[in-house]
Amino acid sequence: MSLSVKLPLDGNVGEVNRSNAASRTRSPVGTAGVFTYTILTALVIFALGPIVLFFFSALKTQNELASNPLGLPQTWQWGNFIDAWQQANMGAGLFNSVVIVGGTVILTCFVAGCAAYALARLEIRGGSAFITYLLVTSSLPTQMFLVPLFYLWSRAGLYDTQFGLILIYVGLFSPFATLLLRSFMLTMPKEFEEAARMDGAGELKILLRIVLPNALPGLLTIALVTGLSAYNEFLFAITFIQNSDLLPVSTTFFSFQQGFTQNFTLISAAGIIMIAPMLILFLALQRRFIDGLSSSGLGGA
Amino acid sequence: MLPLVLVNIVVILIPSVSSVIYSFTDWSGIGNATFIGFDNYTTMFGDADFRNALWHNILWTIFFLIVPMAMGLFGAYALTRVRRFRLLFRVAYFIPYIVASVVSASIWRSLLSPDTGVGKILGVNFLGDRNLALGSVAFVNNWAWWGFLVVVFLASMQSINPNLYEAAAMDGAGPTRQFFSITMPSIRPTFAFLGLMTIIWSFLSFDYVYILTQGGPAGSTDVLSTLLYRNAFGTLQAGYASAMGVVMALISGIVVAVYLWIRKTRNWEI
Repeated sequence: MSLSVKLPLDGNVGEVNRSNAASRTRSPVGTAGVFTYTILTALVIFALGPIVLFFFSALKTQNELASNPLGLPQTWQWGNFIDAWQQANMGAGLFNSVVIVGGTVILTCFVAGCAAYALARLEIRGGSAFITYLLVTSSLPTQMFLVPLFYLWSRAGLYDTQFGLILIYVGLFSPFATLLLRSFMLTMPKEFEEAARMDGAGELKILLRIVLPNALPGLLTIALVTGLSAYNEFLFAITFIQNSDLLPVSTTFFSFQQGFTQNFTLISAAGIIMIAPMLILFLALQRRFIDGLSSSGLGGA
Repeated sequence: MLPLVLVNIVVILIPSVSSVIYSFTDWSGIGNATFIGFDNYTTMFGDADFRNALWHNILWTIFFLIVPMAMGLFGAYALTRVRRFRLLFRVAYFIPYIVASVVSASIWRSLLSPDTGVGKILGVNFLGDRNLALGSVAFVNNWAWWGFLVVVFLASMQSINPNLYEAAAMDGAGPTRQFFSITMPSIRPTFAFLGLMTIIWSFLSFDYVYILTQGGPAGSTDVLSTLLYRNAFGTLQAGYASAMGVVMALISGIVVAVYLWIRKTRNWEI
């Protein structure tokens, strides 16, 4: 792509002349002016402004929030975070989320890893039919099977257990993870595996020594996508876990927010505590996150 | 492969099949179920609550086919035409998408609140007014959603051959003309797929309605999934709720079938 061609732009983007024939022949894109940047910046404010205001709300006193909801905090009440942590029970919620998300990610990587390897490398009869089946189940409305699943889980003793919720998440997220990982594995070179096979290495050894290290980037992507989905998930979390000692952070936060103390400053602080881990992880690994998550939208491309 | 098949059968296949079976019964969730034929389905179409919720889902679908799609297309196209800060813009737009729905809802509940924030300044109760509540909830959901579309459309637009734009520019086509003559035809498969997914997701939408309004005030934001949830776990009509789930699955199924049919007759590539 010609996008990598660097134009000798001077600092002021507004100066780029629309009729500048030289820049146009160098690159068809990048002729945008002040107008485009203004709208793009307005969209940034729309996207991030509410989060910034939410952060400021978390640092105000309740009186100040009522009198001055949109401005900067006068004195920064960092103590709100401590109060919110204690009152909303965020520590326990985050711990439970670590257990649930961790369990979901590990099991999904295992389940999807095995299946993706089988679909990408071993010649399985009915493989393409199974891929179609996975496509269908990954887009099936969860509401359709929510009710029977609830009563099935009650009878199996899985209702109101973290393992029960983990199992549901693995079931929900593994079809998409398998498809994503399979397409990643198809791009891996086969030569190493074939060479090892010629040298007499067993299938298990090939899997552990050659396929697994090569597939790590793909596994990391599905781990991030699955982890984020499990951390943010709400419908199944609120349906399948009632015991307040077992609630993940999403429903911990929800019940605090629905509670009698309509203290918006503490609710904001608790909300910031909930999104902070994912925001930090996202900013650190944003390219992998974006590529993994957006591939769910490129299904038809 | 075996673990995937097992977990899939237990979590998705068995409950889905049971859902179809229960939808023909008067099951309450506990105890025995009696077979009652198509009664749940005939009741549903005479049920004013169901029709009300279905209508809201249709309005919701129209909103999500227009507003976020337009914002996504515009944002992505604008990003292909700027040189600086493109990655920064992309990250900024994507952040609301990774914020948990419970927190996004909370952010906007406090912003729109009639006691604090914008609601107080404008003197409007966005979530409490019957005429505004559905639009307000859709607005909040869109806030968390449109940035995802920017990123997907951008990925699709970046694979367009830049020579096409160059040639069009030589012929004197401006940015708007280039968008409709080059960009849109080139990204049509992505556009159609996201349109399809928008329709499917719009009929399943749950989180924001449930968290922000619980379907209220006076049913003005009720959608199929919140109605289903109330029937299943509130009024304990599990059979009836299952029938609603089946109808929702059928709606998705029809949408997918139409999409596949169009793609086949127009010879689009997968």
